[in-house]
Amino acid sequence: MPNWIAVCMLSDIPVLGSRRVARDRGPQVALFRTADDRVHALLDRCPHKAGPLSQGIVFGDAVACPLHNWTIALDTGCAREPDDGRTPVFQVKLEEGQVMLDRDELDTVGIDLPPVAAGPCTRATC
Amino acid sequence: MSTTRMKLVMVGNGMAGVRTIEELLKIAPDLYDITVFGAEPHPNYNRILLSPVLAGEQTLDEIILNPLSWYDEHGIRLHLGKTVTEIDRVRRQVVAADGTTAAYDRLLIATGSNPFILPIPGKDLAGVIGYRDITDTQTMIDAATRYQHAVVIGGGLLGLEAANGLMRRGMQVTVVHLNDWLMERQLDDQAGALLRQSLQDRGLRFRMGAQTEALIGDADGRVMAVRFRGGEEIPADLVVMAAGIRPNTALAERAGLHCHRGVVVTDTLQTVTDPRIYAVGECAAHRGIAYGLVAPLFEQGKVCANHLAQFGIGRYLGSQTSTKLKVTGIDLFSAGDFMGGPGTEEIVMSDPFAGVYKKLVIKEDRLVGACLYGDTVDGSWYFKLLREGRRIADIRDKLMFGESSLGDVGHEGHHKAAAMADSDEVCGCNGVTKGAVCKAIKEKGLFTLEEVRKHTKASASCGSCTGLVEQLLMFTAGGDYSATPKKKAICGCTEHSHQEVRDAIVDHHLVSMADLFRHLDWKTPNGCATCRPALNYYLISTWPKEAVDDPQSRLINERSHANIQKDGTYSVIPRMWGGETSADELRRIADAVDKYRIPTVKVTGGQRIDLLGVKKEDLVSVWKDIGMPSGHAYAKALRTVKTCVGSEWCRMGTQDSTQMGKDLERAMWRMYAPHKVKFAVSGCPRNCAEAGIKDVGIIGVDSGWEMVIAGNGGIKTEVAQFFTKLKTADEVLEYTGAFMQLYRKEGWYLERTVHYVARVGLDHVKRRILEDHEGRKALWAELQFALDGEPDPWFEFSKAQVDLRQFEALSPPAPAAGAQTAPSLPVRVNV
Repeated sequence: MPNWIAVCMLSDIPVLGSRRVARDRGPQVALFRTADDRVHALLDRCPHKAGPLSQGIVFGDAVACPLHNWTIALDTGCAREPDDGRTPVFQVKLEEGQVMLDRDELDTVGIDLPPVAAGPCTRATC
Repeated sequence: MSTTRMKLVMVGNGMAGVRTIEELLKIAPDLYDITVFGAEPHPNYNRILLSPVLAGEQTLDEIILNPLSWYDEHGIRLHLGKTVTEIDRVRRQVVAADGTTAAYDRLLIATGSNPFILPIPGKDLAGVIGYRDITDTQTMIDAATRYQHAVVIGGGLLGLEAANGLMRRGMQVTVVHLNDWLMERQLDDQAGALLRQSLQDRGLRFRMGAQTEALIGDADGRVMAVRFRGGEEIPADLVVMAAGIRPNTALAERAGLHCHRGVVVTDTLQTVTDPRIYAVGECAAHRGIAYGLVAPLFEQGKVCANHLAQFGIGRYLGSQTSTKLKVTGIDLFSAGDFMGGPGTEEIVMSDPFAGVYKKLVIKEDRLVGACLYGDTVDGSWYFKLLREGRRIADIRDKLMFGESSLGDVGHEGHHKAAAMADSDEVCGCNGVTKGAVCKAIKEKGLFTLEEVRKHTKASASCGSCTGLVEQLLMFTAGGDYSATPKKKAICGCTEHSHQEVRDAIVDHHLVSMADLFRHLDWKTPNGCATCRPALNYYLISTWPKEAVDDPQSRLINERSHANIQKDGTYSVIPRMWGGETSADELRRIADAVDKYRIPTVKVTGGQRIDLLGVKKEDLVSVWKDIGMPSGHAYAKALRTVKTCVGSEWCRMGTQDSTQMGKDLERAMWRMYAPHKVKFAVSGCPRNCAEAGIKDVGIIGVDSGWEMVIAGNGGIKTEVAQFFTKLKTADEVLEYTGAFMQLYRKEGWYLERTVHYVARVGLDHVKRRILEDHEGRKALWAELQFALDGEPDPWFEFSKAQVDLRQFEALSPPAPAAGAQTAPSLPVRVNV
């Protein structure tokens, strides 16, 4: 049984837009709202180079990653061909205008993935 | 479910028909129960590649496009080896020769064409064949193992490919041709003569201007000789008739469908007689033309599928075609009206010794035809000019020497494809090599840019290699594939081109995305990441202060007014007018760097300071603390005006270039454009601000300013072209602004000024800006109107429609301590 918790109202997510949900550990979770008011949740991390999917353009049932334009299906998390890869999907429930996620999934799914690096190297050996 | 499905029957199992079914299955997979009748015993194969099979370069297995399993997977009932002999339009069923019947709600006729068999004595002898299908090809291959002499009647494309194949298989081949030169429908006499010479050198024999009177048989009823008018005979154990094709309309005619040079169809590929019956491919006559090349047929298939799927949008408007001969080692290309004639001008280059001949036909300042032999590298470029109908006055003197002679042609990549090695990278975004693209085109049978993108990812990201990929498609797939539609759609969501969308927005006063989708019958409910940013730009640039900006149709950089970086952080570039800054600004920047722990501070190529690694949550505060206007370094907009110090400090400076740069930047800094825009102003001809590679470059000289336009320092360096000389700073502003407004109105999204100017012609820009004084002032006024009151997204959030919610993440309530109480909602972030 999912352990549903409310994270925001449907109206907090722009139509054809997204919001991010922060977690104590691991990458954030991206919420997407389609034109017909369905909400999908994906790990906010493109399977390609970990781009933040929440920042992409949402169209139909997909989002285009803002980094390299991979197209990820919102319902399955799968990249559309010719690309190949999958990003974890979170269960979502809409109830009386509230967007609900599963607490247990939030606490466990994709929390161990390493952060993406850029910029000056911080390791001592550099 | 299946009881309610409509029944679609297709007669003919060739390339055009099956392609239509493929397109249909893509968009409406469950609408029909599909039955296919094929007279041949084979599944769908690539007829174009029969020539390489005959020549021994490919095998029959390799040219199968859809194996039997494909029909199974899609639940298609397939009747192979059954010829449909009757269409009963009253009962709506078809009847095959063996008595098989199939009822239809919609019928698709795709019966292709038949070889034209000369009505001469002996035409029915054994060893006399046409060249059309696998059986013919097999007959020729078999004959080559047993017999010596072959005669091919017809020196056109098909005949020469057959002759070449038979020769490669060891036969002695004579080509008999009625006309005085070969391939007269694709080549002029000079190119035809060169072709004949080089085929002769390979061992083919020719009888030009020869009329075949009869075929003579031996005692067993097999052909043994060809007799010409005049009585001369030559030996022939095999005769291939390749004197043209005739649309196969016998079935349609029997069913009472109107036929004239093919089954007559409308722009929706419905027969004019019976709208339930469609026809595509070589059997169909659209606006009087029955196409014999594959690309037009595929275009037809797409439109036809769209109508079968009951979408009812899209029309087939005809195709431009070009030709290439599939004989290894022979390069020829022709397109359009290559013969010329009254009202046309010709540019000809002929070097028979080297085997090179080129002819370009020009009519009313536009290229209308091209015929190339021996050096066809520029074929695709000429074809592009021809299709687009671009004016060529400004490049006429260099036209013959090809696109490379124009100097920088930008990242469109034409003329490069042929010279590249297989290991060379075509698409830098996705690391796709030329070899990988060509392999996919060959093995997967790709015909369009969209397909190449889908299968290889090449050109699917930034799109800067699109031209190169198109050219590879043309070279690899051969001439049959190279006929492309006259216009290129923006993306897969629509049939409309950039220009058509721009025109519709102006003509019908469209001001919102929804209007656009409705008015132009967009195929997808809300577009895609390719078309939406373009449409949004077109709307707001066409109807400033009226059109509704759609933030969700802007790329993330414009939506959050900062550049996204590889790790998901952002960079911030404050605006420094003309590249000048102050201690005060620097201090505020330095303080923000400390306060927000910004890891990298870098000076950009455009004389601005870049703060890299800012977290999205911090963006709003960083802007506020820095207190400088938006640098728009994230946008398709005016980025920078680079300057030198000019007369204020420089001992060489003739003009105050820094002030000019500041004035230009302040006048146009909030200007969105089809692509990023960069200016530069130099104070003297030493040009320290490198104005020669900017969208607009201004160079101070003693008597005033020189203005150059359409340069680019980006993917491929483009030197700007001299535009005009101006006296005053006010003139510089007016002319620059007018040029920008023209580009904003006419440029296509993601088209840099260099490509825009190449497309419309420098003369066009000169006419509008230099010669039309009223028009220029009007353009400048339009731009000022559009920019007046444009908000700075850093300081006027709501006016600039910045959705501040995006900067804060939602935080779910802490893990409940065992309780199942209703969770409290997080505080809503500022809107």
